[in-house]
Amino acid sequence: MTDTKTLTKKDFQSDQEVRWCPGCGDYAILSCVQGIMGGLGIPKEEIVFVSGIGCSSRFPYYMNTYGFHSIHGRAPAIATGIKTANPDLSVWLVTGDGDGLSIGGNHMAHILRRNVDVKILLFNNEIYGLTKGQYSPTSPRGLRTKSSPMGSVDAPFNPLSFALGSGATFVARTVDTNLKHMQQVLAAAAQHKGSAFVEIYQNCVIFNDGAFEDVAAKGVRDDKMIDLRPGEPMVYGKEHDKGLRFDGLEVVRCSADEADVWKVDTGSPTPGFMMAQLDRSPDMPRPLGIFREATTDAYEDLVQAQVQRSIESKGEGQLHDLLYTGDLWTVEG
Amino acid sequence: MTTTQSPGADLPLQQHESVVIRFAGDSGDGMQITGNQFSHTSAVFGNDLATFPDFPAEIRAPAGTRPGVSGFQVHFSSRDINTPGDQPDVLVAMNPAALAVNLKDLKTGGILIVNTGQFADKDLKKANLDSNPLLDGSLDGYRVIEVDINKRVREALADTELTAKEVQRCKNFYTLGVLYWLYSRPVDTTVEWLRAKFAKRPEIAEGNVKALQAGYNAGDIHEMFQGRYEVPACDDLPPGTYRNIMGNQAVAMGLVAGAQLANLRLFFGSYPITPASTILETLAAYKHYGVSTLQAEDEIAAICNAIGGSWTGQLGATATSGPGMALKTEAMGLAVSIELPLVIVDVQRGGPSTGLPTKTEQADLLQAVFGRNSEAPMPVVAVRSPADAFDCTIEACRIAVQYMTPVILLTDGYIANGAEPWRLPEIDSLPKFPATFRTDAEGYQPYARDEKLARAWVKPGTPGMESRVGGLEKDSLTGHISYDPENHEKMVHTRHAKVMGVRDGIPTPEVVGADSGDVLVLGWGSTYGAIASAVDGMFAAGKKVGRLHLRHVWPLPHGLDEIFSRFRAVLVPEMNMGQMARILRSEYPTQNIISYPKVQGLPFFTNELVEKIESLLEQ
Ligand code: SF4
Repeated sequence: MTDTKTLTKKDFQSDQEVRWCPGCGDYAILSCVQGIMGGLGIPKEEIVFVSGIGCSSRFPYYMNTYGFHSIHGRAPAIATGIKTANPDLSVWLVTGDGDGLSIGGNHMAHILRRNVDVKILLFNNEIYGLTKGQYSPTSPRGLRTKSSPMGSVDAPFNPLSFALGSGATFVARTVDTNLKHMQQVLAAAAQHKGSAFVEIYQNCVIFNDGAFEDVAAKGVRDDKMIDLRPGEPMVYGKEHDKGLRFDGLEVVRCSADEADVWKVDTGSPTPGFMMAQLDRSPDMPRPLGIFREATTDAYEDLVQAQVQRSIESKGEGQLHDLLYTGDLWTVEG
Repeated sequence: MTTTQSPGADLPLQQHESVVIRFAGDSGDGMQITGNQFSHTSAVFGNDLATFPDFPAEIRAPAGTRPGVSGFQVHFSSRDINTPGDQPDVLVAMNPAALAVNLKDLKTGGILIVNTGQFADKDLKKANLDSNPLLDGSLDGYRVIEVDINKRVREALADTELTAKEVQRCKNFYTLGVLYWLYSRPVDTTVEWLRAKFAKRPEIAEGNVKALQAGYNAGDIHEMFQGRYEVPACDDLPPGTYRNIMGNQAVAMGLVAGAQLANLRLFFGSYPITPASTILETLAAYKHYGVSTLQAEDEIAAICNAIGGSWTGQLGATATSGPGMALKTEAMGLAVSIELPLVIVDVQRGGPSTGLPTKTEQADLLQAVFGRNSEAPMPVVAVRSPADAFDCTIEACRIAVQYMTPVILLTDGYIANGAEPWRLPEIDSLPKFPATFRTDAEGYQPYARDEKLARAWVKPGTPGMESRVGGLEKDSLTGHISYDPENHEKMVHTRHAKVMGVRDGIPTPEVVGADSGDVLVLGWGSTYGAIASAVDGMFAAGKKVGRLHLRHVWPLPHGLDEIFSRFRAVLVPEMNMGQMARILRSEYPTQNIISYPKVQGLPFFTNELVEKIESLLEQ
């Protein structure tokens, strides 16, 4: 086993040349992930990165851990197999809006509802990058792309609502331009026992540049975004003067002193849903941070516990018993 | 009702070598259970047997209609037999629809047991019958035994607590009792089975036991029959310990055994699909063998779960049927590309599309051998009978582990649900093929290969060997992504050579019957029984006919060309449009390959094959 104390960011950089477009938001995410790995205290060989297909899915090649670059949309199913077969591994899944919510939407819903202990990083750039610029399931309606010259007529998925609706026990959002925030959110995701779903706003400089500019640009983000920190008041703004509070089934703006404390340990995904819905309101801040954090049994533990219980009650199965049971008869020679 | 110690003891007892019984009734009548119990009792009694369950795809088609008819045919014998029989000697018809659907198959002069309690006008109407076959003369030529089973069961269970509906549910055991009496079989295995099955509802168990006993006694008391029959125990069977086995059960056991013989844990991902689901159900009860079963969200996820399991160092496996195979195709290509062991069981059924979910076919052969995008070769092993499924499954596991490759195991609906006696192997005689994992980081190259062209298996978690796998083309040594043209060509050739190399480790199949001469009947899969019966009979009658059955359908074993040359013609009966014949023609273009297709969702009959072979002999 490698000595985990000495692991630094460099230990997690593979010898493969990184091949994203210059300026792609993926670089910042890669750097951040490589940076937090050493702090997790997990031996490098016990970390695995699994991905599907898309720009983001090249990620495993650049991590000096075990990696599995699989097929389009199926990474959640492969990761479920890996984690269930060997719960000792720390399993990370890297996907995108097309991979994770379109072709692989079914598997994404199911890994979340089962609560497999896998850290899921969904790079959302609201576009298909690798296939060169078609609209994705998170593209806003009206987006003009190569496959939607007159504007997309599809209503987009809200990834957070999708995850919450699937029963995800940890749901968060961060953005590629805020390294510190990303570090905090990823560290919290890593600590969570169970499925952790993190949407990362990621800029595709080539096909959808500036998709999050209106809320995430450095100059405006303090006023246009709110960081949801469990246990802290919902305050935002450059001057920390603005706040949010619940008013019945609505979230409304208020002054910082009137702000409600953000609670994620209520057991209910409803507050998270209400926050996720703010995306649609132009005059509300865009929430980032942690939308849900709940504890329940992880799938792989339940599966392995049944195997263990079965062995304890029936004894370890021997081939002889497998075959020589039921009504047997003998033909004499 | 009086119980006599040995009803019918004074009636004449006739000996028969073999008998074929078909139980037919409504889907709700429990004919599958009845048939299985009769088979089971006969197996324990010592007969050789073969069964053919035939049921509708609908769980409960409208009661009393023809589409709702469910049948179970059992052939039991004092000789070694291979098929469930072409035509029944006895037909049990629980209602008019069952009679209408099955009568054409009954042997002339055969025994027909009819439940007259279900022959009211409304029942005839449901079965689309204009007149009552019991009265209109259409049953002339058969030995018709009319029993009002509804009424008899009502009488027999009059003093129980069961509701009228529950009482009627015991009809099938009354019927079974009648047949046990007629063929001199003991009732005790079924009585035990009922008491275990309904342990939580003893009143139901006892109701059925009473019905069974009443049916048994009725054979005598009601003077239904002129005599009883006996099919003595089979003394052709080789000595050993036997049990009765169904195909899917044998596959499940074979997977458990295959994993243990490889020193691995079994990791099974599957999605419910007819007729493969019972493999998942069986394995889910084998957790104490260290088996993990995942019921996936879909067919694709199921194979991906298994691939994930294999990557961690367990034996990944999945089971499905045709439509599921189609869905798993892309992931099979991934398994070919990353070169990990994986077993994919395809329980073939009629197609295309949803096709005939409960009927059998062998039409996934070309899909299994060639049906993936690009060059994605995989070994394919085919099961010939329920008991053979155990050995074939172990063989599929062996190839997967030794060659680091996904392997397809083909079985079909006929094997899956059919049953036969299985001579249990000595555990020590099973082949061992322990998997090895590389832990030595020194000089490790992910795509370096051994003499079988297999790459090393490395478990994530092994220090110092962190590496990446994926579906992109890789460098032939380092495994890094490579778009180099020569490297790609080399990798395509290497993957092909690895799979073709499997033939170096398998025997040339043996020819049974004539070693050379007029016709060699070549089969694969579940045509085995019918081919064996047809060819062995003709050979015994002096015809120059031989047979050869393929277990390895891809790659084909060495030596076939030479064998084929010894015969005037090679006849290939298949439940498809001639897929194996097509493969053989392309592999052995100079040979005289004759295809004999049958695509009715039904197995071949022995007499069909005899006729076909005879027509070739006359040419
Ligand atoms: S296409 Fe867009 S998402 Fe893909 S690498 Fe380039 S910038 Fe990044």
